[in-house]
Amino acid sequence: MNEREPPSRLLRFAAPALVAILLLAAWQGLVVAYDVPAYIVPSPRRVFETLVTDRALLATSLVVTLQIALTALALATVVGTVIALLFVQSRWIEMSFFPYAVLLQVTPIVAIAPLIIIWVKDTRIALVLCATVVAIFPIISNTTLGLRSADHGLVNLFRLCRASRWQVLARLRIPGALPYFFGGLRIASGLALIGAVVAEFVAGTGGQGAGLAYQILLAGMQLNIPRLFAALFLIAAAGVALYAATLWMSHVMLSRWHESEAAAPD
Amino acid sequence: MTTVVVAASGADKVYANGTQALVPVDLVVESGEFVTLLGPSGCGKTTLLNLIAGLVAPTHGSLSWWGGDYAATGGPGRRVGFVFQSPTLMPWARVLANVRLPLDLAGTDKANASAEAAAALRLVGLADFSRHLPRELSGGMQMRASIARALVTRPDLLLMDEPFGALDEFTRQRLDAELAALWLSRRLTVVFVTHSIYEAVFLSTRIIVMSPRPGRIVADVAIDEPFPRGDDFRVSTTFARHCQQLSALIADPDVPAAVA
Repeated sequence: MNEREPPSRLLRFAAPALVAILLLAAWQGLVVAYDVPAYIVPSPRRVFETLVTDRALLATSLVVTLQIALTALALATVVGTVIALLFVQSRWIEMSFFPYAVLLQVTPIVAIAPLIIIWVKDTRIALVLCATVVAIFPIISNTTLGLRSADHGLVNLFRLCRASRWQVLARLRIPGALPYFFGGLRIASGLALIGAVVAEFVAGTGGQGAGLAYQILLAGMQLNIPRLFAALFLIAAAGVALYAATLWMSHVMLSRWHESEAAAPD
Repeated sequence: MTTVVVAASGADKVYANGTQALVPVDLVVESGEFVTLLGPSGCGKTTLLNLIAGLVAPTHGSLSWWGGDYAATGGPGRRVGFVFQSPTLMPWARVLANVRLPLDLAGTDKANASAEAAAALRLVGLADFSRHLPRELSGGMQMRASIARALVTRPDLLLMDEPFGALDEFTRQRLDAELAALWLSRRLTVVFVTHSIYEAVFLSTRIIVMSPRPGRIVADVAIDEPFPRGDDFRVSTTFARHCQQLSALIADPDVPAAVA
């Protein structure tokens, strides 16, 4: 099946891991050698120590940020899919409303966020809405494209078979759109996190509901740079985890599909 | 006794941009015939086939199927089986589910539909592949699955649009022979589109020669050779003579008296 021997599983993890170790070692070495103060660049070791000592605080914030990002992603998925399904019902609907979807996409969230935060009383809901606005576009555009990309011959076959609109949608367009949808979801997962962080920055919510962005903001003001790095590390790790989760979901969904006997759920 | 399966009278097709894809044609296909639409690209053969399928409405003129008026329903629908240029199988569904699709869409209950689909797969020699996915089959096998899907509703008319055009020569000849056997044993009525003169002569009882710019019918040639036709027919002098005559017609369509 493979013409060329693919790199072994071990190597695929070992190679980037080696790069990380080398970079961290160089970082640590340079910081120690030049005696760089921690409030400018903390050593990796210092960042790790901060992760451990501040774990209670950081974990709470991580949960807050993740909750916002995940809720926004779920909302964007549901609403985005519904909008895409509406778009493919008629060219008129798509023609009339698609430009506004684009408008939403190209307007920077930092510009809209203050408004949303003013209009929506509950800050948590406001943050979720901001992140949803950022994440929804790839879902809409990819799913619309997928629903429209049904094989022309199959569409004709369905017509010859006198298939109803619903049958065409359920048995042909939706299954065919799933790979496109998952492509959109993968992009949206990253955007939801970015949206959550940006909105938190704008809102500057402290206290109980403080997310990672607020910890970064606060740490920066207090010159607690190790904690800033620790929070940054957690955001990056959360992004990678979200991305990996959507990859895995797409793999599970698409292969189960191929295994399934029926063309569409009955 | 034969009956008229499909009749086109003065049917033409002009596209919205003004291109005349097909000048008005009159064509009658009777039950049991194997009619081939033969001609180079752009001669309107696929357009004519789509008209016959009811997938496209004629700009002028009319079509009727089995003497009845299907105008209200927009064509003969389920009484027609259609095989496209490519296999057009759903990649996410197993071969059996793909073949069963026309019955599923018609609301046939699952057990019956599966039994019919399995029978259709046996007919095309794919009985052992019902649980495979399309991508696990070769191009020729995918085409067989596509034919099985067209046959699963036991259609009264089978329409095929250059079904073997993308296959290699060996596979194409084998599938031509199998199709001829199927047509003979099942007493099918077939309208077949191809640009291969050899394929047309080997399969057909009648060949409609078409010519481009504008797309039109230039000749209606009967191939009155007995069936079954084996490999020896492919190398016979009668076969060569038919091919020669058709080549001449296609090269210079205006020399013989054109139809109508």
